[in-house]
Amino acid sequence: MKKVQDILKDRILILDGAMGTMIQRHKFTEEDYRGERFKDWQQPLQGNNDLLSITQPEAIKEIHALYFEAGADIAETNTFSGTTIAMEDYGMEELVYELNYESAKIAREVADKFTAKNPKKPRFVAGSIGPTNRTASMSPDVNDPGYRAVTFNQLRIAYKQQVEALLDGGADILLVETIFDTLNAKAALFAIQEVNDERNLDTPIMISGTITDASGRTLSGQTAEAFLVSVSHIPMLSIGFNCALGANQLTPHLEILANKGNFNVSAHPNAGLPNAFGEYDETPEQMASQIKEFLDKSLINIIGGCCGTTPEHIKAIADMAAKYNPRKI
Amino acid sequence: MSKNIENQPTTYKKYLKLSGLEPMIVNENMNFINVGERTNVAGSKKFLRLVKEEKFDEALDVARHQVEGGAQVIDINMDDGLIDGKEAMVRFLNLIMAEPDIARVPIMVDSSKWDIIEAGLQVVQGKCVVNSISLKEGEEQFIHHAKLIKRYGAAVIVMAFDEVGQADTYDRRIEIAERSYRVLVDQLNFPPEDIIFDLNIFPVATGMDEHKLNAIDFIEATRWVRTNLPHCSVSGGVSNVSFSFRGNNPVREAMHSVFLFHAIKAGMNMGIVNPAMLEVYDDIPKDLLEHVEDVILNRRDDATERLLDFAETVKGTGKKDTGQDLSWREDPLQDRITRALVKGIDQFIVEDVEEARLTKERPIQVIEDNLMTGMNVVGDLFGDGKMFLPQVVKSARVMKKAVAYLLPYIEAEKSGKQEAAGKVLMATVKGDVHDIGKNIVSVVLACNNYEIVDLGVMVPPEKIIETAIAENVDAIGLSGLITPSLDEMVYIAKEMKRKNFTIPLLIGGATTSKAHTAVKIDPEYNGSVVHVNDASRAVTVVGDLLKPDTREAYVKSIKEDYDVFRENFLKRTKKKDYLSLADARKNRYQIDWETTSIIKPNQLGIQIIEEQDFYELVAFIDWTPFFRSWDLHGKYPAILTDDIVGEQATELFKDAQEMLKQILEEKWLSGKAIYGLFEANTLDNADDIEISLDNEQKAIFRTLRQQLKKHAGKPNFALSDYIAPQSTGKKDYMGCFCVTTGFGTEEKAKEFQDNLDDYNSIMIKALADRFAEAYAEFLHKKVRTQDWGYASNEGLSNEDLIKESYKGIRPAPGYPACPDHLEKLTIWELLQVEEKIGVSLTEGLAMWPASSVSGYYFGNEEARYFGLGKIKMDQVTDFAERKEISIEKAEKWLNPNIANN
Repeated sequence: MKKVQDILKDRILILDGAMGTMIQRHKFTEEDYRGERFKDWQQPLQGNNDLLSITQPEAIKEIHALYFEAGADIAETNTFSGTTIAMEDYGMEELVYELNYESAKIAREVADKFTAKNPKKPRFVAGSIGPTNRTASMSPDVNDPGYRAVTFNQLRIAYKQQVEALLDGGADILLVETIFDTLNAKAALFAIQEVNDERNLDTPIMISGTITDASGRTLSGQTAEAFLVSVSHIPMLSIGFNCALGANQLTPHLEILANKGNFNVSAHPNAGLPNAFGEYDETPEQMASQIKEFLDKSLINIIGGCCGTTPEHIKAIADMAAKYNPRKI
Repeated sequence: MSKNIENQPTTYKKYLKLSGLEPMIVNENMNFINVGERTNVAGSKKFLRLVKEEKFDEALDVARHQVEGGAQVIDINMDDGLIDGKEAMVRFLNLIMAEPDIARVPIMVDSSKWDIIEAGLQVVQGKCVVNSISLKEGEEQFIHHAKLIKRYGAAVIVMAFDEVGQADTYDRRIEIAERSYRVLVDQLNFPPEDIIFDLNIFPVATGMDEHKLNAIDFIEATRWVRTNLPHCSVSGGVSNVSFSFRGNNPVREAMHSVFLFHAIKAGMNMGIVNPAMLEVYDDIPKDLLEHVEDVILNRRDDATERLLDFAETVKGTGKKDTGQDLSWREDPLQDRITRALVKGIDQFIVEDVEEARLTKERPIQVIEDNLMTGMNVVGDLFGDGKMFLPQVVKSARVMKKAVAYLLPYIEAEKSGKQEAAGKVLMATVKGDVHDIGKNIVSVVLACNNYEIVDLGVMVPPEKIIETAIAENVDAIGLSGLITPSLDEMVYIAKEMKRKNFTIPLLIGGATTSKAHTAVKIDPEYNGSVVHVNDASRAVTVVGDLLKPDTREAYVKSIKEDYDVFRENFLKRTKKKDYLSLADARKNRYQIDWETTSIIKPNQLGIQIIEEQDFYELVAFIDWTPFFRSWDLHGKYPAILTDDIVGEQATELFKDAQEMLKQILEEKWLSGKAIYGLFEANTLDNADDIEISLDNEQKAIFRTLRQQLKKHAGKPNFALSDYIAPQSTGKKDYMGCFCVTTGFGTEEKAKEFQDNLDDYNSIMIKALADRFAEAYAEFLHKKVRTQDWGYASNEGLSNEDLIKESYKGIRPAPGYPACPDHLEKLTIWELLQVEEKIGVSLTEGLAMWPASSVSGYYFGNEEARYFGLGKIKMDQVTDFAERKEISIEKAEKWLNPNIANN
């Protein structure tokens, strides 16, 4: 099978769309989330999407399949909150290994099925590594700016466990995403390098930050270029931005990554900005036409969708991207 | 490792890139990156003080000012013995991260300790610079640290330093740089653009031939590195180069500009420069430029002499007093008197004072006008940190001489009475004999027109109270060095309250602290209590306390400050958990007695050295504490070239060497020692060590055990852990000793004092103390290699001795591992110290003469120094029972170590 690094030289790769948006379509109840196994769990579990890989595996498989069907080359595992730190909310720290392992396994299974069908278009599984719900370089207490709710080492240990489970389950890429605090990401990247070293692996790493608003900075205050410099020590497959903004607003920041760095650039924007009801209502056509701008400017190598995107969006994006050559680095 | 090498076309230029909240790319457009280092405790006294006092808001202002002032990177260093460096680094960096106007620039994490560097790297999101690593400790450690730095994603400063030493020639600089580069780039795949070499900037024009090439070697080595080691950067601390022209800023500024001009051309692209100390290269007068370039580029043999001569014409003031240059004797009278006081020259003072007296109506006016004018200059310079303690003490010597000359005239006139600024009673408390610090404070206060009532050492509380009333003093200063003195001070505060005193109480001395003063003394007294940690503060504190216009506000602010400090302190300390004594014993340190080697001493029993040859001790002297006793902080020998105190330290050291010579040649002091080695076993209770002498006499040393709850795997130590328990059936050994070099000190000190020479009076005491410590080190070595003989083949340099890299320890009662002074009595009884060598113990269990050291010897290779920390009442009770003393007595002696609540 051709390696993802090599394919990237030939064409733009398509990342899948939102997992959460697709799960919402199922309108799962508390009982659905719990399934048989967790029916007596002491805490409410509705909203713990990562858990569905264990309690509703068929639904998750179906979502992966829909995205592959739409033209995605890379599926993200359903593990955005798969760390002991993020799972503390549900009291599920003990289940973290299993959650990641099972999620990766499901995605692998679906990916392999599609690769078998069309070996010319191999499908990849990217282990999704979210930011957790704590920040290592900001204080949650305005009166005590020196306080930190989580340390680098706590993050590193939690991430290491997630990374090991994702790799054991069959992920062939690791995607550190929705980075709002670069220090959290650095802990995740430190953990990945540790695992790569211990296992003598060279797992491709995708890094994707989040510019939170019009200020053009991450939540922890870094500009796009400062963010780029801060993680450039990693031998990475790609660097990019996702979430928070729609494709329109993302353009100037992607230009920075494309012009200042020499890495592959990725983007998975939201389907526009949320409306008054918190819904994303950019249509596939609208989004694809905006992404055309990235392509015309030759800014990207990997493109997909974040919040509010669906297989329909991904299909429109994939069709558009197929007409373009990837950005040369 | 780096698989996506194909991502990096070979033509891609590699620039050093750093980031804070914003990026900093070191490319051709930025010809020089200026690193701010006012946030370095080693470089800034102010910053050190702010960190020590936990005034982090103000410490942040220091960082902010630097960034506003144009620093493009800020260097942060918390390496100081009195700071928990790791905690301070993390806390300060966390606070910086919350200040976008500071955090926008990259951080340089600076420490000589790896754990501090790593802790720093773990709290900064941007790409930092690590300052620094080198091959000093060998390749293995260098590689280990470099790998981690790479993984954390930081750039690194590599010092030109290797196993042999610091590079000080062109060849050595490039040798080390190349070797470091090859290891980093070839072996570790370290990004070459992330390497910054510090090629060591050393002073030129020092008058020594071997320093002539210092600047040009640096510049040429920089050129070589930038040409031959692709993509890396070169940095350095620029002010070093002009060190020998301290005091002559125009020349220094020119030197910095010239040096930078050439170094930058050669490729230096980063460094520490004070922008205020930089002349515009083109604005340097032609003749000065020529002389400076001759020196920097070593263009002629006599360059240094020519620049020195020329420098005199550039700026007359502040130039160094060579001794021969007596041109100042032509200056007006007041200038001469002021100069004599500022420079501490007593040669002409009597003649100048006589001249002044003849012009005045009354002799007292010479003091009030001429001498006080001079002393005010001294006071201002001292207050601004432009003069240092040894200089001030020398000024006082001149002042005293002048006053002594005038006194008969004043007495004759009778009516003349000088109005002192205030009267201060000074005393070293009961049971304590250490008075160097107290004498320094007395002298400094006296210089500033305070009348001092010095009651000396071992002063009982009644006498302090009585004298204070009789003399109607305005303030009382208490000093002490040993821990029991702390309680003595609390007692005096209580007594003062009982007698309705309200005058200020000043607390000072090595064991005292702001914490102890705030928590234990301040609440016991109604008036102000102030901890004065160094002599330089004494003048301002006493001034603020006594001047009618500042008094009220200051007294109030001090009380409030201590209230806040106390509250915070108690809040902080509450959190600690302790083990019961029984559990602590279970968690004791366990040596494997089956495998550990126990060596029987060659010579059991007690030995006496009746007369010690002082020449043998000189090599064992640790000079660093000597400078500390004069309030000059820094490690010897680096302190001699320190930017701030270097000049003073060098002068003080010279004076010390002169006296040292006299001590040796004229046998001013005599030294004795007594020591013994005995069979010993730890008893079943795990904390007591029984020793036997001739199988007949037995003695028991009671040790104390740590009770603070430790992390898993960390034991709770007691000294008894280093001796084989009786139950093992193995015979083990230990020793104890007392050395003194103090006989003769007091007489000499008094002799100097009678000659109005406080400077030398303090000097002799400070040197005697150093000799005592050196003697302890000397004797320990003799015991290790001969009498006990377990280390008969050790060959350690004095540096290693100071670092204590030998096997075995010699803890002293009253110090952290065994803070209980009572055990001294056991040593005294066992060795018959007082009868045999004449060293006695005071009520407070201080040794007399003061320049003495006593302690135990433990020889096991696993024996390490530790700090007891706080203990709980269960151990105090148990200790009292074991020792067969009352709980009250045990409590009194162990008080400083008993945990609250």
